[in-house]
Amino acid sequence: MSLALDLALCALILGVSLAAVAGAGVFRAVIFFITYGLFVAIGWARLGAYDVALAEAAIGAGLTGVLLLTAQGRLRRVQADRTERPGAPLPAALAGGAVTLALAWAWFVLPVPEAPDVAQALPQSGAGNPVTAVLLNFRAWDTLLESIVLLAALLGVWMLARDADWDAPLGPRYHARPSGVLAYFGRVLPPIGLIFGVYLVWAGTETVGGAFQGGTVLAGVVLVAMMAQVLPPPRASKRLLRAALVLGPGVFLLSGLAAAALGGSFLSLSAALAKPAILIIEAALTVSIAVTLALLVIGPAEAPEPAP
Amino acid sequence: MTLWLHLLALGLLATLAGALWRVWRGPSQADRMMAAQLVGTGGVGVLIVLAALQDWALLVVALALALLSALAAVGFVKTQTPDGAGDPEEQSARDGGRYAPAASQKDAAT
Amino acid sequence: MIADLATYAFTALGLVFFAAGTVGLIRFPDTFSRLHALTKADNLGLGFIALGIAFQAGTLAQLVTLALIWALALLAAGAVAQLVARAALTTSQEEE
Repeated sequence: MSLALDLALCALILGVSLAAVAGAGVFRAVIFFITYGLFVAIGWARLGAYDVALAEAAIGAGLTGVLLLTAQGRLRRVQADRTERPGAPLPAALAGGAVTLALAWAWFVLPVPEAPDVAQALPQSGAGNPVTAVLLNFRAWDTLLESIVLLAALLGVWMLARDADWDAPLGPRYHARPSGVLAYFGRVLPPIGLIFGVYLVWAGTETVGGAFQGGTVLAGVVLVAMMAQVLPPPRASKRLLRAALVLGPGVFLLSGLAAAALGGSFLSLSAALAKPAILIIEAALTVSIAVTLALLVIGPAEAPEPAP
Repeated sequence: MTLWLHLLALGLLATLAGALWRVWRGPSQADRMMAAQLVGTGGVGVLIVLAALQDWALLVVALALALLSALAAVGFVKTQTPDGAGDPEEQSARDGGRYAPAASQKDAAT
Repeated sequence: MIADLATYAFTALGLVFFAAGTVGLIRFPDTFSRLHALTKADNLGLGFIALGIAFQAGTLAQLVTLALIWALALLAAGAVAQLVARAALTTSQEEE
């Protein structure tokens, strides 16, 4: 019975992804991509990877949806969304097929690497959730660099702003009817999301959750508040904003250097200090991830559109 | 009970497949968006069922999905306003709530 | 035993409402009636599914989470239905 469920899920994932790439029309493709994120999240849940399911649900079904829909809306307003029929699907299909074959080959032929047993090392890691232990302790290098990559991505987006607009607030000038449904929604949802996001970070060291998942939920509700005109759009020149962006990577880097200075190696955590260190790093990372993701979605600084 | 929960999850996925037909068909963008919204709610339902079936920790995933399910739709209604950043209720208030597409297209951002 | 019966009954009812919402979404003739059909049905459907599953829950925290999930879904669906209906009303029905 559980095989039937998994097969149905696989069929839905494949069908939705096919519909996203095969159909005509940007808007339809975007909507199918949003539902694709949802089904993939359910797939991760079936596989028992709950942390990944959580990240996929928050990113795929939440943030990416807003990003792509906003982009589509902007393309439509400048009448750039009518593309000619996508030419030559054959090379893309061939490339996709080749990647699939290569992955299948790797899956069936390559030997399974002999990984050290995470469960055995878990008591010394300072985290009860093996995913958190790997991310913040055993493979801290990867996580540190990823947090810097996120920052670099935001800088890349900001560089798209025109020179004259650099001091303007970031993103579109969102407005909403003051007593309307949207404004109400933008006031009710963020407090709940704030509590839930902080919970995810706090609980993430022991159970499902973590800095990335918590930060994504926070970014989502920050976006809702901005779009409902409850939060004003920030300016890139604000010092507090910049401090929030570098807080996570900064604290991570400093704690790694401190570990080296205390006699360990760079980014190593001694068993005694691991738990508080992980919590502090995760808290700082959450702030940076939340702010960075929200700002990535609203986009670079732009001067208000001239009134018609 | 396990068998029933499996059947329930399968049944929910089947109704979601029906909603996907509406996403494909349209015809208006609002139709596609609302169908996606139904898929989101159904996905929350599937995750709740899976929580009872596999691990109650999945309730946290369902909660995250329920919390952020409105995000895409809010982004969508923004794009449906003339300047791409407004609120459909602003325009309705100005038109007295009547269906007046020609007028609402013209008076844009304020 | 009684709890299991309650789960069967409520979740089955929830599935019926989800199915009804989907049938409405497919069969109804215009955008607004489709909106109406699915927002009513999927909220009730999710509510009954959460209620049915709640009879299997073991801790208070799970019950509270289930209630919160449904409350958030209601809040989101209510706000979204209103906004999307307004958007469909004010923009001319563009086809794509």
